[in-house]
Amino acid sequence: MASTETQPKTAGAEGAEATTAPATTVPTAVETGAERAETGAERAEAAAGNDLAGLEAGLDALDTRTTDRTPLPVLLRRKALPPLVAVVLVLGLWQAAFALHLKPDYQLPSPLMVWDALAEEWYKGTILGVIWQSVSRGALGFAVALLVGTPLGLLVARVRPVRAAIGPILSGLQSLPSVAWVPAAIIWFGLTDATIYAVVLLGAVPSIANGLVAGVDRIDPLHLRAGKVLGATGLRGIRHVLLPAALPGYISGLKQGWAFSWRSLMAAELIATSPELGVGLGRLLETGRSYQDMPLVLGAILLILLVGIGIELLIFAPVERRVLRHRGLLR
Amino acid sequence: MTVTTPIPAATRIAGVSKTFGKQHVLDDITLDVADGEFVTLLGASGCGKSTLLNLVAGLDTPTSGTVEVPGGRPALMFQEHALFPWLTAGKNIELALKLRGMPKADRPAEAERLLELVRLKGAYRKRVHELSGGMRQRVALARALAQDSKLLLMDEPFAALDAITRDVLHEELTRIWSETNVAVLFVTHNVREAVRLAQRVVLLSSRPGRIAREWEVGIPHPRRIEDADVAGLSVEITEQLRGEIRRHGQH
Ligand SMILES: Nc1ncnc2c1ncn2[C@@H]1O[C@H](COP(=O)(O)OP(=O)(O)OP(=O)(O)O)[C@@H](O)[C@H]1O
Ligand SMILES: [Mg+2]
Repeated sequence: MASTETQPKTAGAEGAEATTAPATTVPTAVETGAERAETGAERAEAAAGNDLAGLEAGLDALDTRTTDRTPLPVLLRRKALPPLVAVVLVLGLWQAAFALHLKPDYQLPSPLMVWDALAEEWYKGTILGVIWQSVSRGALGFAVALLVGTPLGLLVARVRPVRAAIGPILSGLQSLPSVAWVPAAIIWFGLTDATIYAVVLLGAVPSIANGLVAGVDRIDPLHLRAGKVLGATGLRGIRHVLLPAALPGYISGLKQGWAFSWRSLMAAELIATSPELGVGLGRLLETGRSYQDMPLVLGAILLILLVGIGIELLIFAPVERRVLRHRGLLR
Repeated sequence: MTVTTPIPAATRIAGVSKTFGKQHVLDDITLDVADGEFVTLLGASGCGKSTLLNLVAGLDTPTSGTVEVPGGRPALMFQEHALFPWLTAGKNIELALKLRGMPKADRPAEAERLLELVRLKGAYRKRVHELSGGMRQRVALARALAQDSKLLLMDEPFAALDAITRDVLHEELTRIWSETNVAVLFVTHNVREAVRLAQRVVLLSSRPGRIAREWEVGIPHPRRIEDADVAGLSVEITEQLRGEIRRHGQH
């Protein structure tokens, strides 16, 4: 058998160390010839033990994948440059359309005019408050949706009658635009914060629950069996096997849940306007419309987009990457 | 050829049958594995070996007959490592320790000891995907040993490994078995592997699975898979196995 030729003859201690630093065993394999004569002289039994340890260390070293992370500059060039180019391109086209006077100025302002409108809001000192109003509402709504959607998803995923009963409704709800709930919520709760949160929850809960259901459905049955064998049953099974195994699907559900929260929130703020509700980004947009102030309208749209994307990029994307990288699912 | 095993048994399988729908997979299996004994279960593909192990592991219940495991929940090692990819190698072992009820403070040291036992000192922080196939199976073995059960069930645990790695793991398994006095019920369809490892080889026939014959393996350790003694007995067993398979071609 080939095994006698391929074994790098490392002494026991070295062999054990080689496991921790795989790269070091490669040079030792070169010394094979010199060391082989020595081992022959030693007692056969001890040599056999050392041989096995050394052989094993060698196999481990040959077979170990070194997963090095892509350096930041390369990552930036690969990931950040293309969207940047795209943005510049869009701005260029926009400016060109403005310069060609395709539409009157009050309908199609230039990028600079939109910038000025936003800058004016900035100097009024209100803009951060407006953004915070919406973001804090979105975050609170999302947190509540998380608390409701997670147990709901778990129930639907694991309890067959529950799944048969509300599984289809839940996925159906996901395709219902949550704006549709706004009139109903206004009738129920009037022009209050409750209306806004109701709409946000109705938008986000189905996404989060469905994400968890999809995550649970994609669990390798082998992991569930392994968990059972180890004694992870009942709540311990959920805590130690089911939830961590479903995490990738769950996180994409959360991501989508956030997108739905944000969308629903904007719809609600846009329609349900009242002085008691304060000024959020949706309200800013509505104000712009009522004054026929196109630069402000476009500016508000831009802010809504930026906040939505920003939170996804700053919070959800890193968490998702981390989870996937730990499982070796990234590249 | 059959021996009556002494009373302290790691598992007692008595008159076990299993049917899936109309398919009769196992028929009247009676098999005892004594404490500290190493038994390999040999049989053609689809004869019900995994089904039998699942019954012993308590993952499924027999249609008739009884399975007793006096020493508590047995450990089970699968053909795929079945390690949890969201945990490091060390944490996988620690989870088994935790579920067995070991206090938190004792777990890291015990996990290190088990990793050392499978010669993976220093792999504690490695993620599962960073380990080679052989290393994963060794971590899986360490995790199974962490359950500290008296019976270790192994379902073709080395079938997906290359020949050299498998050879090394045979040696390690023999060493660990002799160091830990755990009883092993090892499933394989590789005759030489069965003879190389076991004190007793049990041959299952197919459709339905019945115990066709048993062999005591008297060859002293250390054994190697290419030893003449191992090869000799393997030829005999292979003949019998082929006979069992041929019977199915005749009708
Ligand atoms: N859950 C199940 N439902 C229905 N049939 C099953 C189930 N599990 C196993 N079987 C059937 O039982 C028979 C025995 O399967 P088993 O997996 O135990 O065989 P095996 O001896 O382990 O085969 P292999 O060597 O391929 O692993 C097969 O024909 C299989 O199709
Ligand atoms: Mg099988």
